[in-house]
Amino acid sequence: MELSRLSLAHAADLLRKRSLSSVELTRFFLTRIEQKNPELNAYITVDEEGALAAAQAADARLARGDGTPLTGLPLAVKDLFCTHGLRTTCASKMLHTFCPPYESTVTRRLKEAGAVLLGKTNMDEFAMGSSNETSFFGPARNPWNPARTPGGSSGGSAVAVAAGLCLAAIGTDTGGSIRQPAAMTGITGLKPTYGRISRFGMIAFASSLDQAGPMTRSVADAALLLQSMAGHDPLDSTSIDAVVPSYAEALTAHVQGLRIGIPAEYFAEGLTDAVRDAVERAITTFRALGAQCIPLSLPSTPYAIPTYYVIAPAEASSNLARYDGVRFGYRCENPKDLQDMYARSRAEGFGAEVKRRIMLGTYVLSSGYYDAYYRKAQKVRRLIADDFQTALAQVDLLLTPTTPETAFLIGEKNNDPVRMYLSDIFTINVNLAGLPAISLPCGFDANSLPIGLQLIGRPLQESTLLTAGQAFQQATDWHLRSPV
Amino acid sequence: MSIDTRTVQNVARLARLQLSPEELDPCAEQLSRILTLMETLNGLPTEGVEPMSHAVDIRLPEREDQVCNGDQREALLACAPDTEQYHFRVPKIIE
Repeated sequence: MELSRLSLAHAADLLRKRSLSSVELTRFFLTRIEQKNPELNAYITVDEEGALAAAQAADARLARGDGTPLTGLPLAVKDLFCTHGLRTTCASKMLHTFCPPYESTVTRRLKEAGAVLLGKTNMDEFAMGSSNETSFFGPARNPWNPARTPGGSSGGSAVAVAAGLCLAAIGTDTGGSIRQPAAMTGITGLKPTYGRISRFGMIAFASSLDQAGPMTRSVADAALLLQSMAGHDPLDSTSIDAVVPSYAEALTAHVQGLRIGIPAEYFAEGLTDAVRDAVERAITTFRALGAQCIPLSLPSTPYAIPTYYVIAPAEASSNLARYDGVRFGYRCENPKDLQDMYARSRAEGFGAEVKRRIMLGTYVLSSGYYDAYYRKAQKVRRLIADDFQTALAQVDLLLTPTTPETAFLIGEKNNDPVRMYLSDIFTINVNLAGLPAISLPCGFDANSLPIGLQLIGRPLQESTLLTAGQAFQQATDWHLRSPV
Repeated sequence: MSIDTRTVQNVARLARLQLSPEELDPCAEQLSRILTLMETLNGLPTEGVEPMSHAVDIRLPEREDQVCNGDQREALLACAPDTEQYHFRVPKIIE
């Protein structure tokens, strides 16, 4: 039995039967991390002591027969979720020694469901990036080819899942940061509806777009983690107060008669042939399973990137104003006065991409430019959301490629921000509209690099994504391929 | 649109970011390129469109104004770079 590839359900079953202990499973992953992390750089912090203590507690519960759904299962979380007393860096020098005095709702719920947190995964600094290269702790590397990026910003979580350095992981997605790295590492990544999962204790990047979600090796695993995290939280005023359905019940794989829209704009120029071919084969698979695939149009699609790169930096420049060297985080040496302390702490504490986005956001919000950029982008955001609403009135789901190309080389795009931004061209729209979407492995290119497809659903209809995703994974074995 | 180094300096001042003289030109050049990308939005007519500030239309929730997180003074001060007698300490502000 290959422990590194266990599904959550299978692992939970072994633990319940006591044919494997949580301590054994946790030690297995800690050893594997020790062996592979120096090369892959998936984890920023490994919490050996905390993980083993949680595993022991889990084994005690399991021995009493009162385990909860995730009891004893070793998971990884992006280093953007505040964990009480455990260093939380957001991959920034600004927070490289920060130990939060409180716990995020996501990690609290996972722990309450019994999960063992192995550690905190690498990411782009403050989640700003598409390749994990902006991390203060260096880039995470793609296990399919370590010269390549795993995508970003949840690159470390993607690598940890793909390389078997945890059973499953949690990421966050502001413009594609769960789905794009999932596609590039051959795993399953789900971004729920905005507001489905609490943002309390998630270090903010762009508050109207940020959303947490599972990164797993299967749709069934994603359903289980979503179940543990979803639901209203009074500590997040934007979390949606709606009933959380049983996601396990959505795993019927029944797609007979399901209407899937294929938006023409996602198959336009810029898409590589390998990705196009794989996604077209996936459409054929869905047709063979009984779904109807219907061509349609989302005309505002080309405007999503410029809209996002006004709105997200504007929100970021405001959110990151809190890093001033006073109450927490990095402070420069020997400040000569208060203004010098602010300006130098921020200049020294933030990396180049974060500074670029703060500058951009400050510019588009500054007097005289607000209407021309920010107001305009908010209007276009409405048009983009309206496009989706119209389309999703005619079909149950949309199917697109997740990314226009497979994993690119480390260093290939990091001197060209505009080119880097374009790698999120198929995922960003979904965040602007606040919709749920999932990325599923659907093939490989000639360099043996994974390809992902994206399914986009109606608000709060994660279940439809899971049903269709489960059907696809029962009909194909792309998600079972492993790099190591 | 291209922006000059004076504008960059002004934005950096607003953002409380110190930029070195060597950073100004590259920063102006990159911001100009990104702003050019943003200006493609001007090709889309938006008269009469209601600006969208949030992904979901939700009412702001209200609750009783009660302290619910207790006294965390020690824990919060422990995060600070410099403290003195239960205060955050900063460099001198007034001469």
